[in-house]
Parts: sequence; structure tokens; C-alpha cells
Amino acid sequence: MKKDHLIIAKKKFQSRLIVGTGKYKTMQECAEAIKITGAEIVTVAVRRVNISDKKKPLLMDYIDPKKITYLPNTAGCFTADEALRTLRLAREIGGWKLVKLEVLGDKETLYPDMIETLKSTEILTKEGFKVMVYCSDDPLIAKRLENVGASAIMPLAAPIGSGLGIQNNVNIRIIRNQTKLPLIIDAGLGQASDAAIAMELGCDGVLVNTAIAKAKKPFEMALAMKNAVMAGRGSYLAGRIAKTDYANPSSPLKGLI
Amino acid sequence: MKKIKKIKIKVNGKILDIEANQSLGSCIRKIKVPINKVAIELNLEIIDKNKLNKIKLKNKDNIEIVHFIGGG
Repeated sequence: MKKDHLIIAKKKFQSRLIVGTGKYKTMQECAEAIKITGAEIVTVAVRRVNISDKKKPLLMDYIDPKKITYLPNTAGCFTADEALRTLRLAREIGGWKLVKLEVLGDKETLYPDMIETLKSTEILTKEGFKVMVYCSDDPLIAKRLENVGASAIMPLAAPIGSGLGIQNNVNIRIIRNQTKLPLIIDAGLGQASDAAIAMELGCDGVLVNTAIAKAKKPFEMALAMKNAVMAGRGSYLAGRIAKTDYANPSSPLKGLI
Repeated sequence: MKKIKKIKIKVNGKILDIEANQSLGSCIRKIKVPINKVAIELNLEIIDKNKLNKIKLKNKDNIEIVHFIGGG
């Protein structure tokens, strides 16, 4: 079988599952869960160093950025200026250019503000960043993002942390058909089957955080997600049968006694 | 005894009294931050970590030191 890689900004990855590093009980649990998922890319947030408690464990001590690609995000940013400031700082920490942009527009839904997001994508791309963009599942907006140089389109399945799974399969299919850019479902998945459905729709990958970190057994869910992504991808590549409204017998009718 | 001149600066939102005529580098080292794992901003401007020792801190300077933490 031909090697099936996820390619983002010309970089090859074997795993199509990207995982978030937030919401785990401990850094150890987070690192262990990531290992089980087999993820090669993890999202990370940029925050102030706690200058009064220096004994606090550092993420980099648990997840080696030389082995796992860090994808700095702009979570919590509500304007283009905040997002740009955050990612420029992230780049300064260690030269990261591959970033996840999310500019939020509403505190309750955490829906992306696509006007600010579009503006930021254009500026960041011009500055040499490779921008993976958290966005709404609107095909027109996805097209606009592509036109201003996004490196990956990452529509939400449902609101962040909601666990609702993909709410608009049709839009995801339309976006899939119109773009050759990596299409990654970001946010809103709740269980392994949600990830499989995303992959069966033809997405190139999924990004999961809460569904693993907050599962009753995070390690078991980490493995289930890994398997679901592989199963979904396999199913998509295999090419499903056409749907029909009537039955089609599985056993030949010829030779019936 | 000669009184040591002090200035007030802000680091990650916290006001600190430090000795005047200090470089940004020496201030960061005193806070004991692992320089290779952080980014530093002085008055909203990102500072090249190779130039930390060349920058003298002034009264009311605002420093932000950030790093990566878990996030989705």
C-alpha cells in the first residue's frame, strides 16, 4: 500500500491525529496520553511565566519539542492584535513558524471571529508564518482563507469543548471538495466515532483535546481516538458503496432451492 | 552609607523594586527564568535574547515573560 502521509506546509507526518495539551490533571498524564495517541503535533498555549513559583513543572520538560512538533495557539485572543502579539512571542521562544490561529468572537460559543481571523491570517502569512486556521464551517470563508495564504483550514465540528461531534456534514464535504489544503476538524468532537466520521468525510486530520483529557479514562480514549482516525481514513480511502433506499441481497438468488 | 538608587518596573503584571542601572539580562537572570524556554517583551516590543545584556532598564519599564503551557 502507498504511504499515506499528512502533509502540512511541506512537512510530512504519519499521524493524522493532532492533540491539545490542555485540561489534563497533570503534565505526566498529558504526556502519557499524547504518547498513546501517537500524535506528532500538539497544540500549546502561550502564557505568562509564573515568576513567584518557579518550581511549577514546565511543559517542555514533559513533552520534548525536538520529538513532537509544538503548534502554538492563540487561544483566548479576541482581536487580531492580541493574536499577532501572541504568535510573534511564540516564534521568539524557539523559532516556531507553524502556528494555530484562533481569534474568538464570542465568550459563550467561542465561535471564531472570521473578520479578525482573515485579517490575521494575511498578516501572519506575509511575516513568514505557516498558519493553520481555526474557522467556522463556512465554505466561502474557507475559500477566503485559502486565498490569503492559510496553510491548513481547520473548521470546528461544534463549539470548543462541547463534544457534540460534526454538526454540518454537508459544509465539511463542500469544503473538502473545493480545497486541496489540509482540512482538519478542530474542536467539538466528543468520542471516537466523531473522529472516524470526520475522516470518512475526507478530512486530512482531526484535532482533539477535551474529548481525551476529560474522558473518564483518558488513556483508553487516547487509544480509541488513534484507532478511530486510522479506521476513518482507511474507510475514506477504500471508497464506500453508494447509498440506496432499497435492499440488495448479499447472497445470490440464483440456485435457490 | 550611600543609598542605592532604585527603580520600579513591572514584570508579568507584578511591580518590582530593583536597583537602577541594571540590564534586562541581569534582571531576568535574577528572576531565574530558563531563558531558552521563554520569550521576552519590553514595553510591547519583543527582545532578541542575544541582546538582553545591552538593554538598560528604566523606571516604569514593563516586561512580559511568556512560555508554553498546556492548551487546545
